[in-house]
Amino acid sequence: MSLDAAMVRATAPAILPGSGGLRGALSDLFWRKPKVLLLLMLLPPVLWLGIVYIGSLFALLAQSFFSIDEFSGLIDREFTLKTYGDLFQAANLDIILRTVTMAALVTLASAVIAFPIAYYAARYARGRWKALFYLGIMLPLWSSYLVKIYAWKLILAKEGILTWLLAKLHLLWVLDAWLSLPIVGGNSLSVSFTGTFIVFVYVWLPFMILPVQAALERVPGNLVEASSDLGASPGQTFRNVLFPLALPGIVAGSIFTFSLTLGDYIIPQIIGTSRLFIGQAVYSQQGTAGNIPLAAAFTVVPIVIMGFYLWGAKRMGAFDAL
Amino acid sequence: MTSAVSFQKASRHFGSVRAVDAVDLDIAPGEFFAMLGPSGSGKTTCLRLIAGFEQPTSGSISIFGDRAEGVPPYRRNVNTVFQDYALFPHLNVLDNVAYGLMVKGVGKAERHKAAEEALSLVRLPGYGARRPGQLSGGQRQRVALARALVNQPKVLLLDEPLGALDLKLRENMQEELKSLQKALGITFVFVTHDQGEALSMADRVAVFNDGKIMQIGTPEDIYQRPRTRFVADFVGSSNVLPPDFVQRYSGQHRWGSLRPESIRVGRAAKGVTSGEGVSARLVSTNYLGATTKLALDADGLRLHAIVPAGIALPAEGEAVVLTFNREHLHLMDEPA
Repeated sequence: MSLDAAMVRATAPAILPGSGGLRGALSDLFWRKPKVLLLLMLLPPVLWLGIVYIGSLFALLAQSFFSIDEFSGLIDREFTLKTYGDLFQAANLDIILRTVTMAALVTLASAVIAFPIAYYAARYARGRWKALFYLGIMLPLWSSYLVKIYAWKLILAKEGILTWLLAKLHLLWVLDAWLSLPIVGGNSLSVSFTGTFIVFVYVWLPFMILPVQAALERVPGNLVEASSDLGASPGQTFRNVLFPLALPGIVAGSIFTFSLTLGDYIIPQIIGTSRLFIGQAVYSQQGTAGNIPLAAAFTVVPIVIMGFYLWGAKRMGAFDAL
Repeated sequence: MTSAVSFQKASRHFGSVRAVDAVDLDIAPGEFFAMLGPSGSGKTTCLRLIAGFEQPTSGSISIFGDRAEGVPPYRRNVNTVFQDYALFPHLNVLDNVAYGLMVKGVGKAERHKAAEEALSLVRLPGYGARRPGQLSGGQRQRVALARALVNQPKVLLLDEPLGALDLKLRENMQEELKSLQKALGITFVFVTHDQGEALSMADRVAVFNDGKIMQIGTPEDIYQRPRTRFVADFVGSSNVLPPDFVQRYSGQHRWGSLRPESIRVGRAAKGVTSGEGVSARLVSTNYLGATTKLALDADGLRLHAIVPAGIALPAEGEAVVLTFNREHLHLMDEPA
């Protein structure tokens, strides 16, 4: 047996012949010129992103520099900044401020809730528990977004399970006290900004947990030990080691939560007050009102805000550890 | 005098795994103490027990007379140089070194001054502005050392500190660590699996196996007078001789050990069956530079001999006669 193998080895050529055919020729070509393969792989997504996606974005931006004729309701295709001026009307400015405040609060709350979960998953969960963690985070993403929102509407409604539970615990007065507050309050949680906030946090939380977990996973465990060894209390270790090293993950997650909240128009419509968010404003301006230029100008707002946000994050050094 | 570190029947079990099992240990203040053993022998867990990263499951540990069980690492005046250094990647070298003082609330100017001094101590002055990622392995090691020393710990723990360095650098660092320890007078506890490192640097060595200390003694003790087969084999790969063999040369039916450098190898005279020496066959030779290591087969017993370079050697496969000074045959305590 081993003698046979040795015989085969002795007669085998040092250089094997090409496998022939188109596949063989292509393999050899790709090996000799790796850039050809790279070009072939990148061409479709670049075409898609470059032409269809960025192209339509620019078409949208162009629309924002047109204006609407207030008498005829027709679009005047001449360059003007008038539409942007309209954004600064009190009612529109209100919408922008409301949306940005909500997005900031949702991001902050998501980060605070996500951190311990991500920390547990990165530091302690192993094997089966890790699989369970991923399943728990991803499972809500598998079901329809609308189903989840309507489920929350039922949970938060006056006749819903939350009110029932608080009544059983004799804590209904806490809910009533909260709902009687201005701005955040309302008739029930399902028609208040508090409800909108809760549902936003619920829906976007996975997008915060996963990047934070990935960032924490890259922090070697012995850095935490080293910090403790050098005399840092757990709080000091969090402030000086864990938080700075997790910051790129938190920023990445906050880009999701912040921008998704800025653009969403379904959640505030189903759960919340009748006051508009940017997404709803865009929806109604381009639909019922037929004011495409103002709708386009509204869409530019989140883009500009995100630009400033990323610039600020970079200046804070959020991406230094990448 | 109180010990710097004292273990009384200290154990650390992980489920059914006895990482450290009823260890008694006393390390004197100012001592350079090495914990030597193969991986998984419990030496690193012992170090982690002193640092406070692990708590003993039973027994007690005290540091300079103070009980240490239940005391978190950040309340122990003990610092560690980690195996892979564990420098903070988001801080520059100066802030890394000053970290311990920073968390203690020492002002910026003062702690930076102390950190600069610590960096000069490890011969890295002026490296403060760099990031750990920009340093070589040897430089990172020095930064880790400075970061620990700047806190003036009562005990400095070193976990395989030289493991990642290349040979030349390692030899330099060994000398430097030794002189640093002498100059500072701090108790050093040093974990290594490299017996050469332990023997050359430490005042005393504890040899670990299976969570237990097999032997504690001066390097000379450990090397010349191993108490068990394990110690003889692990420290310097001594030849372990079975009781029957030992009986022929010493008259006692005990396990024995013989250093490879104590064996002399001569060509077998034709027609003469072993008179004085042990007849054997040369299996292979291993050239090591200053010396040559010979693998020998003496009637089924595998022996190693180390001979100085420059001696004419028999060919592989040739019959040889081994002789040794009987005083060099060490009898071990381990029962036959």
